[in-house]
Amino acid sequence: MKLVTAIIKPFKVEDVKDALQKQGVNGMTVSDVSGYGRQGGHVEVYRGAEYTVELVPKVRIEALINDSEVKKVVDAILIAAKTGKIGDGKIWVTPVEEVIRVRTGDRGSDAI
Amino acid sequence: MPEISAGDTAWVLVCTALVLVMTAPALALFYGGMVRAKSTLNMMMMSFGALFVVGIIWVIFGYSVAFGPALDAGSFIGDPTAFLGLNGLLNSSALAVNGAYYPIPASAFVAFQAMFAVITVALISGAIADRAQFGTWLVFSAIWVTIVYLPVARAVFYFGDAEANGGGFIATKIKALDFAGGTAVHINAGAAGLALALVLGKRIGFGKMLLRPSNLPLVMIGAGLLWFGWFGFNAGSALGANGLAGVAFINTFSATCAAVAGWLLIERFRYGHATSLGAASGIVAGLVAITPACAYVDTWGALAIGVISGGVSALVVDLKHKFGYDDSLDVVGVHLVCGIIGTVLIGVFATTSVNEFGANGLLYGGGTTQLVRQIQAATIVMVFSFVVTYILGTILDKTIGFRVTNDQELEGVDLALQAESAYDLVGSSKGSSKGRNA
Repeated sequence: MKLVTAIIKPFKVEDVKDALQKQGVNGMTVSDVSGYGRQGGHVEVYRGAEYTVELVPKVRIEALINDSEVKKVVDAILIAAKTGKIGDGKIWVTPVEEVIRVRTGDRGSDAI
Repeated sequence: MPEISAGDTAWVLVCTALVLVMTAPALALFYGGMVRAKSTLNMMMMSFGALFVVGIIWVIFGYSVAFGPALDAGSFIGDPTAFLGLNGLLNSSALAVNGAYYPIPASAFVAFQAMFAVITVALISGAIADRAQFGTWLVFSAIWVTIVYLPVARAVFYFGDAEANGGGFIATKIKALDFAGGTAVHINAGAAGLALALVLGKRIGFGKMLLRPSNLPLVMIGAGLLWFGWFGFNAGSALGANGLAGVAFINTFSATCAAVAGWLLIERFRYGHATSLGAASGIVAGLVAITPACAYVDTWGALAIGVISGGVSALVVDLKHKFGYDDSLDVVGVHLVCGIIGTVLIGVFATTSVNEFGANGLLYGGGTTQLVRQIQAATIVMVFSFVVTYILGTILDKTIGFRVTNDQELEGVDLALQAESAYDLVGSSKGSSKGRNA
């Protein structure tokens, strides 16, 4: 089992969610986050005072999947989240030792 | 003595409620949204705090000091015992007196003027956002309204008893025109704000950290509500449902529209964007500037005062960073600057064609006579307010302390002083409830 984490542009959330649903991914966790990478920050102006805002708002999507699904899920996110401009985000995949469904107690692949 | 007029009385009572709305909630929203999320409630409470403290003082002795019979030969203050606890004024046949009898109850005039005292004090709070002890703010409000606002209001707004004897010196000796409070309210609050910002010092991180507004939609709501209430402030100052109220009303509208245009144009060409905070600020800039002038200028004068106030305020508002004082929400850059602009420009744009009791300014054949009077009034109020406020603020700071500790400031004054949070965006914080008597 794997945990796929993707940091994406906020307006791409719906596209990525739809793409993952088409790949049979039945659940995900979405959070509003902020951070910085190569994109850097942006400038905001309040009553003539210019502020460089270094942390850019992003969305983090997390989904648990089976090992066999990794390639198609990552590819789906890549296509859905890409604009080709700086700041599109990152995807990473981490191994997961155990998954348990709280309601039934199901473990492993059954719980995904 | 005139009979009480139902129309005039109804208008003044409605305007009184409108001016209350300017403080609570309009100014509280305007200021509350402009500070960081950890100070929003405290900022709003400073407006509400000024409201209740000044309200109590006003009905006990404040009105009497501002509008009562003179205590001294120069009529600098009124006798606090004359109308102590509004003694004699709540008789339903008692008429409002201010240089003449007005056909409205004395009680309505007391209430209307109370709201002016309240908002003047509340305006100051924006200069010391995020860092003032709440208790000290309340003590400051009580003393400041007594030793600064009451004498200034008397000098500007009091035209004497029913025979026009013993009026305030700015109104009756200098003969400066101030219809609704450019000097007594805005220059007064702006100069006091500057003094307090200097006494309390800069916020931690001022000029280095991002101190951006936490909720601009609240600021927009507050600015819109201020405009709404300001019709009561300006048009209500006619003290009657009459032609002058109509003039004040439409000028309050046109000048403010022009001020928004002025502010946004400057922003657009200087920084590339027309911002929502700029629009909200332009509204307030225009409202402040037209306040003293609203019943003395024609449409062209109102538009000119508006666009000048909005444009100039947008240009100078960030100078605080150059001068290095933390007037957090720009009480100086908006209220002091636009109060001066509006007060002085009466001497340029006033015309007796709209108000025979006004004057003709520089552009309307009046020469510099009125202009000089306006500059005198603006200067006197600014210097008096700044000096007395600086001394009062320093005394309070050295005795009971005015500024919160660094830890309280970093944690946020909402939690440190009010023990509340403005926003609960998580909604699942674990906690337990313990009643005081449980």
